[in-house]
Amino acid sequence: MKCPICGPKLSICCSLLSIWGIVMLALLGVFYRIHSVALFEDLPITSEDWKKDNYTLSVIHDKYNQTAYNCFVAAGIYVLCFFFSCCQQRMGSKANYEMS
Amino acid sequence: MGSLFRSEEMTLCQLFLQSEAAYACVSELGELGLVQFRDLNPDVNAFQRKFVNEVRRCDEMERKLRFLEKEIKKDGIPMLDTGDNPDAPVPREMIDLEATFEKLENEMKEVNGNTEALKRNYLELTELKHILRKTQTFFEEAEIHHVQAMHDPSLTEENFGLLGEESQRSGQALRLGFVAGVIVREKIPAFERMLWRVCRGNVFLRQAEIDTPLEDPVTGDQVNKSVFIIFFQGEQLKSRVKKICEGFRATLYPCPETPAERREMAIGVMTRIEDLNTVLGQTQDHRHRVLVAAARNIKIWFIKVRKIKAIYHTLNMLNLDVTQKCLIAECWCPVQDLDRIQQALRRGTERSGSSVPSILNRMKTKEVPPTYNRNNKFTQGFQNIIDAYGISTYQEVNPAPWAIISFPFLFAVMFGDFGHGFIMFLVALYLVTREKQLQAMKINNEIFDMFFGGRYIILLMGLFSMYTGLIYNDVFSKSLKLFDSSWDPHDPQTFKPYVADTLKGSTSLQLDPNASFPKGGPYPFGLDPVWALSTNKITALNSFKMKISVIFGICQMFLGVMLSIVNHRFFKRKVNIYFEFIPQVIFLAAIFGYLVVEIFVKWIIFTWRDAGTAPNLLIGLIQMFLFQSDPKNLWYSGQVGFQTFLVILAVICIPWMLLIKPFYLRHQQKFGQYQYQEVPTGNLLDDSDGEEVVYHSDSERSHYDPEPEEFNFGDVFTHQCIHTIEYCLGCVSHTASYLRLWALSLAHAQLSEVLWNMVMRIALQIEGIAGAFVLAGVFAFWACATVIVLILMEGLSAFLHTLRLHWVEFNSKFYDGQGYKFHPFSFEDLSEYSIED
Repeated sequence: MKCPICGPKLSICCSLLSIWGIVMLALLGVFYRIHSVALFEDLPITSEDWKKDNYTLSVIHDKYNQTAYNCFVAAGIYVLCFFFSCCQQRMGSKANYEMS
Repeated sequence: MGSLFRSEEMTLCQLFLQSEAAYACVSELGELGLVQFRDLNPDVNAFQRKFVNEVRRCDEMERKLRFLEKEIKKDGIPMLDTGDNPDAPVPREMIDLEATFEKLENEMKEVNGNTEALKRNYLELTELKHILRKTQTFFEEAEIHHVQAMHDPSLTEENFGLLGEESQRSGQALRLGFVAGVIVREKIPAFERMLWRVCRGNVFLRQAEIDTPLEDPVTGDQVNKSVFIIFFQGEQLKSRVKKICEGFRATLYPCPETPAERREMAIGVMTRIEDLNTVLGQTQDHRHRVLVAAARNIKIWFIKVRKIKAIYHTLNMLNLDVTQKCLIAECWCPVQDLDRIQQALRRGTERSGSSVPSILNRMKTKEVPPTYNRNNKFTQGFQNIIDAYGISTYQEVNPAPWAIISFPFLFAVMFGDFGHGFIMFLVALYLVTREKQLQAMKINNEIFDMFFGGRYIILLMGLFSMYTGLIYNDVFSKSLKLFDSSWDPHDPQTFKPYVADTLKGSTSLQLDPNASFPKGGPYPFGLDPVWALSTNKITALNSFKMKISVIFGICQMFLGVMLSIVNHRFFKRKVNIYFEFIPQVIFLAAIFGYLVVEIFVKWIIFTWRDAGTAPNLLIGLIQMFLFQSDPKNLWYSGQVGFQTFLVILAVICIPWMLLIKPFYLRHQQKFGQYQYQEVPTGNLLDDSDGEEVVYHSDSERSHYDPEPEEFNFGDVFTHQCIHTIEYCLGCVSHTASYLRLWALSLAHAQLSEVLWNMVMRIALQIEGIAGAFVLAGVFAFWACATVIVLILMEGLSAFLHTLRLHWVEFNSKFYDGQGYKFHPFSFEDLSEYSIED
């Protein structure tokens, strides 16, 4: 295959980062789905907005679910990133093998 | 007692080696790596030693090997490193090795010289080829100019001024001479200008670039050159032109005038170039073959040569006993390994075929032996960080086994985050499971070496940090809810859950434990997750973290003092036990032990119901010293009396520590019972080597007998004064110093929280699907910042602080650290014997 874009070190770093991203964002998504209270301050809602909705809980649940969805999509992006960096790493090691 | 608790018992030995067997025996001892030789010829110059010739030969061999290595590297041939450890070759083999290296070096030099000559030839021929090609066009143009000049009316008018013969003569004189050559392209403008000036514009230069760069035979660089041809008239100009060409280092080539001759020459040049190419190719092949053959063995040869050199260096340290025709060595070795050393000596004597056995004889000496701690790969890291402060005195208690647990634990108290600890643990796990491969790779990066050397330390630090992270309930600054929280918000006025109106009425409410703490019992493990949402988390945790810091500190200091009694008993220093150790313990226990007990009692007795009325321990401690009493801080009967008793007890300890020992020692000396406290070197002599002949030579002269010290009362008293003040003030200041455990854990938690709030929260609070993409990008940034700032930087910072706590607060209670390290003669690390620095 053609010359890879990332060198060997960068591709290994990227794959490790991607694994961490997949695991952590997936877990974060799960925690948002179960409406964990610890993540309450990380919701995309301000106190004024909530006041307008008269402090209903369903709004909060919606926000939780939405953010959970976002987290899962981000985890999906990192899955792609992981495959990409794995390919880069394999290409790089193959190029080295062929040259020597 | 295990060998890690204190350093090994060492003994000074004398070895008697037969001259023939000496080499083989030293070689065996080098493989064993348990013996530290003493230099018996310290006054002798390096050039006057016995085996200086052999060392010189080894240096010569190594130089040849390095030349070969350089050539191999230049060609890019991989050098095979099988990891084999060849034995040191016998002296006969050394001559063979020398011959081989000599042959290889000569061959390489010859090949290199030939290659250079061939390349120079090739360069000349190539340049000539280019010249012949380009000058074709020049001459054609020159002809045109010539013809033009003939038919040019203005010119010929001038010539018409002369008579017809003169026009012929001028025609002849118009015949141009020329020189052709090649010059480096960059010099052409200067060359042209110089020609113009010197020859006053009477020469005609044409130049053309050579497209392909040519290889310089000496340096191997690719140089761009140009062909030039200079037309001139007359001999003077010719000599000037030639001088200028010499000055600019242009090479001139003889170029035939007629096209036919030029064509012939060109053909000849082409055939010669082809021949040269073949010869060059064959030379390169030959060189490559020689180098490949050498590359297979070169690493082994290096090891062999270095081993020989090491052996001869060691042999240089021995003494030659003329009467017995044997070499005498003095060395330090561990008592436990005497059998193995004798076996090695036996093997050596057998290998050399000598009939006389080598003799090992233990000697008694007053000198302090080196400190040898037997470590495995796990404990070596911890031993290193202790040794960095100071090598333990001979047979003193080794702080390392305690540090194996206390170091990672104190680190974890400062670092407490489950997520960060987990990442640290994974990194260290990778280093540990891949140790063999990473060691074989022989990476020479210093920073990587440091991390790799401390891999077990990092592993434990990560593991313990995961534990404290669970206790502090901190995972990347978020809390985990493993069990149900013990807090259930209820309105303290109504004892019912908060109503919407109350909640909307105020921005923050304080949960009263009387109403909101229904179970009355704490969260089962660690910190309650509800604290993550409270605004007063820090103030609530401060009290807890400060108290545990003080508890850990005083416990570690107490351990230090306890280790000092182990030392005192081993070295039979009864004076120290009665007049130093006991008052030290009482002082520490009376003030700070009492504080620790108070903390535990307060935790047990006072519940959340008494939160408002609980006594303040710090104020209480201060008032204890000032002999004041505030009824708020009194919580058990007889407290005032008991505290007064403790303070007086502590104060009594100070003169006890300060005065009694110097006066007692003076009293002893007066009555002639003063003994210089010497370091015991264990049981020596006569009982071991039954079958060996015990041989006493005039070995005493080589020992340094320290004079028994005079008793100087002033010195002892001053020393005792310093020691007492250091201890007492130290107790107070070190206890406060342990509060860094609180400070750093607070800093770490806050830093982690700020990173999440400022970075991740931004991404999580974006609505819609765009949030996902932003989150993916921001996560990468957050992850990098976590690793660089929170794990690396904070980790190093916490490591440093833990190290300081061990070196200063712990070691000052018992550690002497005046020893010197045991440095055995071993073939494991041969780098000190190589000629490069």
